[in-house]
Amino acid sequence: MSFTIARTVEDALAAIAAGARPIAGGTDLVVGARHGKAALPADLVAIDRIAGLDDITAGSAGLTLGANASHHAIEHHPVVAGSYSALADGSALVGSPATRHVGTIGGNVMNASPAMDTGAGLVVLGAEVELRSLHGTRRVPISELWSGPGRTIAQPEELCVAVHLPQPAANSGSAYLRLEYRRAMEIAVVGAAANVTLAADGTVAAVQVALSAVGPTIVSVMGLDTLVGSSVADAAEAAAAAASAQATPISDVRASDRYRRHTVGVMARRAVETAARRAAGETIAIPVNRTLGIGAAS
Amino acid sequence: MSESIILSVNGMQYPVTIDQGRNLLSVIRGEVGLTGTKEGCDDCECGACMVLLDGQPVNSCSYLALQAQGREITTVEGVLNGDAMHPLQRNLLEAGGVQCGFCTPGMIMSATALLQRTPAPTEEEVRVGLSGNLCRCTGYTKIVEAVQRTAAELQGS
Ligand SMILES: Cc1cc2nc3c(=O)[nH]c(=O)nc-3n(C[C@H](O)[C@H](O)[C@H](O)COP(=O)(O)OP(=O)(O)OC[C@H]3O[C@@H](n4cnc5c(N)ncnc54)[C@H](O)[C@@H]3O)c2cc1C
Repeated sequence: MSFTIARTVEDALAAIAAGARPIAGGTDLVVGARHGKAALPADLVAIDRIAGLDDITAGSAGLTLGANASHHAIEHHPVVAGSYSALADGSALVGSPATRHVGTIGGNVMNASPAMDTGAGLVVLGAEVELRSLHGTRRVPISELWSGPGRTIAQPEELCVAVHLPQPAANSGSAYLRLEYRRAMEIAVVGAAANVTLAADGTVAAVQVALSAVGPTIVSVMGLDTLVGSSVADAAEAAAAAASAQATPISDVRASDRYRRHTVGVMARRAVETAARRAAGETIAIPVNRTLGIGAAS
Repeated sequence: MSESIILSVNGMQYPVTIDQGRNLLSVIRGEVGLTGTKEGCDDCECGACMVLLDGQPVNSCSYLALQAQGREITTVEGVLNGDAMHPLQRNLLEAGGVQCGFCTPGMIMSATALLQRTPAPTEEEVRVGLSGNLCRCTGYTKIVEAVQRTAAELQGS
């Protein structure tokens, strides 16, 4: 049993190469262990004190989130909120203010829950995850990171050091929303993110949609290329139909598979509509869920 | 395996010897001896265990005590002004925001963090700020009112 506090990425890489598990905020790891889901790993290396690993850097090449960037920092970062809105919408929905201060983007993506709230946004925004070990660094497109519920293709000795997002296209906008039964402290019943680019005449120039909580991993909706040139309303309807068709939901205490299949289409339609409004320059407050009044009325 | 560390709680240094898996809540209550922080759901849902870590709210029931070393921990005992109540405490009492009182320490910690960052919150902002704290008695209205009264007082002073 050991618990060490890493001060540098190199310290952390050496510790995990020796078998320790990284712990960032612990909001998945510790809470899961307390639920009996998986025992707390015997050897832990705390990565939350590594200087600079929580930096959020926005530049002409795009956005880089250090793995330790908290949901609170992401939600309130003006560039994230303005240009990578689907990600801010997702982080703003995570748990409570305490969960958002402690929980990190690295922990969220590496925990690989299919119901995670940043995943669908990261997929439609074309994110890549930077994984590092003592042997080197590689970048993986985020949609290839997850191999099943709670599983990633990362090797045990790899640390996620950053999430990179390309500069969004001109005249594009994005949104993530989730169906929830109450307005806070929820887990997505289903969720959908969309990234929409508009042509000068207001028709759709590009659209990406991804879904949460309707499959073993985040689902990228395929076949939307044919929507180029259609109106936003037509694209939203078609995306809704494709989302419902491509979802492979389960039934559990939160919802039946049929209900999830239906509602994920509704969420996809609303995500496309909201993303298109943002692409057209409208400011819609983060998180869209609260702005649209999803969840029980207050 | 247990480890000896020093925790800084409300500005005082407490040497403690604890197992790796111990949560911060049990150490604050059991080793440090401050019992204002409560155990409710023990699952991050209710917020009765809320403390501040370097000024930010944390559910101490599910946070490893070892991970809090070197950080400043603030509990409800730490918000007093000497022997005087903090305005949040007084306003919660005066507005009727306290009934059984079990959620109150956690509410105070979340509200303290909220007012630090948002000195003049809207009602919606108060509700979001307290969204990790459950109260089964009051129906929240008077708690929200107490936080807003406190904000107005602190702004005025
Ligand atoms: C009350 C509550 C509510 C929640 N609500 C939501 C919600 O609404 N939406 C949502 O998406 N999630 C939610 N979560 C889950 C959780 O808060 C998030 O997934 C959070 O982002 C996890 O980050 P963390 O830093 O706490 O991860 P940790 O618990 O520290 O780590 C999670 C996993 O990732 C690994 N890991 C962490 N960092 C790295 C890294 N840099 N490289 C490699 N591996 C790493 C750890 O070893 C562990 O396996 C909630 C949790 C709680 C307790």
